[in-house]
Amino acid sequence: MSIMNKIKKNLPKIMTYTVLIAGALTILFPFFWMLSTSLKTPIEAVKFPPTFIPENPQFSNYADAWQKVNFTRYFLNTIFITICELVGVLLTSILAAYSFARFNFKGREFIFVSMLAIMMIPMPVYIVPGYMMLQKFGWIDTYYAQIVPWLANVFSIFLLRQHFKTIPNDLYDAAVIDGYSDLGFLFKIVVPLSKPALVTIAIFTTLSSWNSFIWPLVMTNSDSIRPVQVGLAYFIQEQSTSYTLLMAASTFVILPLVILFFIAQKQIVASYSRSGLKD
Amino acid sequence: MSEVILKNVRKVYPNSIEAVKDVSLTIEDKEFIVFVGPSGCGKSTLLRCIAGLEEVTSGEIIIGRQVVNDIHPKDRDIAMVFQNYALYPHMNVYNNIAFGLKTRGYSKDEIGARVLEAVKILGIEEYLKSKPRELSGGQRQRVAIGRAIVRHPKVFLFDEPLSNLDAKMRVSMRAEISRLHKTLGVTMIYVTHDQTEAMTMGDRIVVIDKGEIMQVSDPHTLYFKPENLFTGTFIGSPQMNIFSGAVTSGKFLSENLNFSFTKRIPDFQSAAVGVRPEDISLTSGNIEIKGRVELAESLGDVTFLHLNLNNQRVIVKTTLEKRFQINEEISIFPNIEKFHIFNLEDGKRIEF
Repeated sequence: MSIMNKIKKNLPKIMTYTVLIAGALTILFPFFWMLSTSLKTPIEAVKFPPTFIPENPQFSNYADAWQKVNFTRYFLNTIFITICELVGVLLTSILAAYSFARFNFKGREFIFVSMLAIMMIPMPVYIVPGYMMLQKFGWIDTYYAQIVPWLANVFSIFLLRQHFKTIPNDLYDAAVIDGYSDLGFLFKIVVPLSKPALVTIAIFTTLSSWNSFIWPLVMTNSDSIRPVQVGLAYFIQEQSTSYTLLMAASTFVILPLVILFFIAQKQIVASYSRSGLKD
Repeated sequence: MSEVILKNVRKVYPNSIEAVKDVSLTIEDKEFIVFVGPSGCGKSTLLRCIAGLEEVTSGEIIIGRQVVNDIHPKDRDIAMVFQNYALYPHMNVYNNIAFGLKTRGYSKDEIGARVLEAVKILGIEEYLKSKPRELSGGQRQRVAIGRAIVRHPKVFLFDEPLSNLDAKMRVSMRAEISRLHKTLGVTMIYVTHDQTEAMTMGDRIVVIDKGEIMQVSDPHTLYFKPENLFTGTFIGSPQMNIFSGAVTSGKFLSENLNFSFTKRIPDFQSAAVGVRPEDISLTSGNIEIKGRVELAESLGDVTFLHLNLNNQRVIVKTTLEKRFQINEEISIFPNIEKFHIFNLEDGKRIEF
C-alpha cells in the first residue's frame, strides 16, 4: 500500500526522468557508436550482429587517421579560420547592433527587416551566386573565400541589438557628460555590460565555423587551405569508406568542441535558452 | 562666476511637440534653484538643454559668461545626477566616481585624492570596492552625487534625483543635498515634481507648466502670493480651494461664495477666489457657508475635511480635535484676508 502511494506521489518525477533518460540515450548513442567503431578493426566494424564493445581495441586507428590525411594542416586551417571569423563577427555585430539600437537614421527599420529576411534564405540558394561572386573577386581557393563572407552574421546583430536596447539611456547621458564619445561609450560601457550576449555569439560562431563543410568544399580545391570537416570527407570514397578511420578522425575533430563545451557548459546552456534558437 | 542665463530658449522636437516655449531666466551664482511642475511640463527637457544632452531649437544658454549652445556637454563644466542613478553597473564605486576624471586626463594620484574627498563628504568610504547592485538606493544616489562632486563643476544639475527613493530616505537625502549646496558653494539646478522638495530646498523656485515659466520666486512668495491660478493650485497640499464666479461692482458672486470687497476693484466677468485649506476656519469668521462632510482624513495633528458645498468639493485643514460624522452639516468660515483672486480669462492674480 505504502509502496503504491510512494509511486503515485512520485509518478510525475518518474515519468519526467524516464523521458529525459530516453532522450539522453538517443543523443548519446551515436557518440558511443562513434567511439566504439573508432577502436574496431575494419572487419569488426561491418560485422553482423554488431558488437558494442570492441573485442580488440585498435588505438592505432587514431594515429593512422591523423597520418593518412594531413590533419595537422587541417586543424591549423580551421583554427585560423575560426579565430578570424570570431573576431570579425564580434566586431561587425557590435558596431551594426549599436547603430540599429541607438541611432535614428532614414531607412533603419527597412534595412533591419531586410537583414532579418536574409536569415530565412538557406545556404544552398546562395551557394552558386556566392561562388560566382568569389570567382569575380579571384578569391576561389583562398582563405578569403572561407572567411570574408562569414565576417558578418545577421543573427548575431539581431541578438546583440535586442540586448543593447535594454541598456538605459541615462547611462549614455551619464557617459556623454563624463566625456565619452559614442565609440568610447560602446566599448567601455555597452560591451562590458553585454558579456552574456557576446558569449552567446562567440559560441554560435565558433560552432558554425568549426562545423562548416559545404561552403569550403565548394569554394576551395587545395588541401593546404581546407578545414577539418572537409578533411573528414577523404575517408568516404566512392569505392569504399573506411569507417574505423573516419570515426577515429571524427572523434578528434569534435574533441576541441567537447572540451569547449565542458569549459563553457553553463554559458552554452544559458545562451541557448537566451536566444531561444538552435542554429 | 558661474551664473546660468537662459535667453529665449525654445526646444521643439522633430515631431513638432514644443517642449520648451521661449524660456528666459537668470540663475545667480551659487544659487539653489528648483524647476518644479507636473510631469511632461518640460522641466527635464530644459535641464537636459542646459546639460547639452538636447540641442536647443533657438535661444541662447550661457554658463559662466560663455555661450554654450555649441559646446559639448563634457566641456560645459557641468555635472548631472539622474533619477535612476545611471551608475555603470560593471564598475565598482571607485571607478564609477573616477570615470569622468579619467577621460579628462587627470593623474592617478589626483584622481585618487579627489575620489577620497568626495566619498568622505558623502560618507560612503566603506563602499569603494562595492558594485552598484550591492548598494541601497540611497547609497547609489550618493555615489551618483559623488561622481558629480569629483569633477568640481561650475554647475550641478539634478534630474529628479530622489524620486526612486523611499519616503524616509528622501527626507534625509533632501537635507543632505541642501547641506552639500552650502558646503560646496556651487550653483545647483534641481528638477522635481515634488513640491515639498521644491519648497524646502530651493532658494528660488521656477514653476513650469506646458513648457512655460509660470512664476519665479522664493518659496514664501510662491505660497503666499501666487502670480497665477496654476501656481496657486499647484503649490500647496491639499490643493487650494477654487470658487469660480464674477466680480461685479465691488462684489464677488458665485454659487457658494458671495462677499463684498472692502477696496475698490474693477469688474471681471470671469474670476476665481482661491482659499487655502488652512485659511478656512470652522469656528468663526465674517463669511459663513454650510456644507456636508464627505470624508474626514485625520493625520493626528491635523484633519483634512472634505466637504460638499452644492456639489463643489472643498477641503478644510483643521487642528480641531473633534470626530466628524459623515454627512454631518457644518459651517465653514473662509478668511477673507487670505483670499487669492484670479482673473480666469488669463489666469493672472488680481491685486486688491
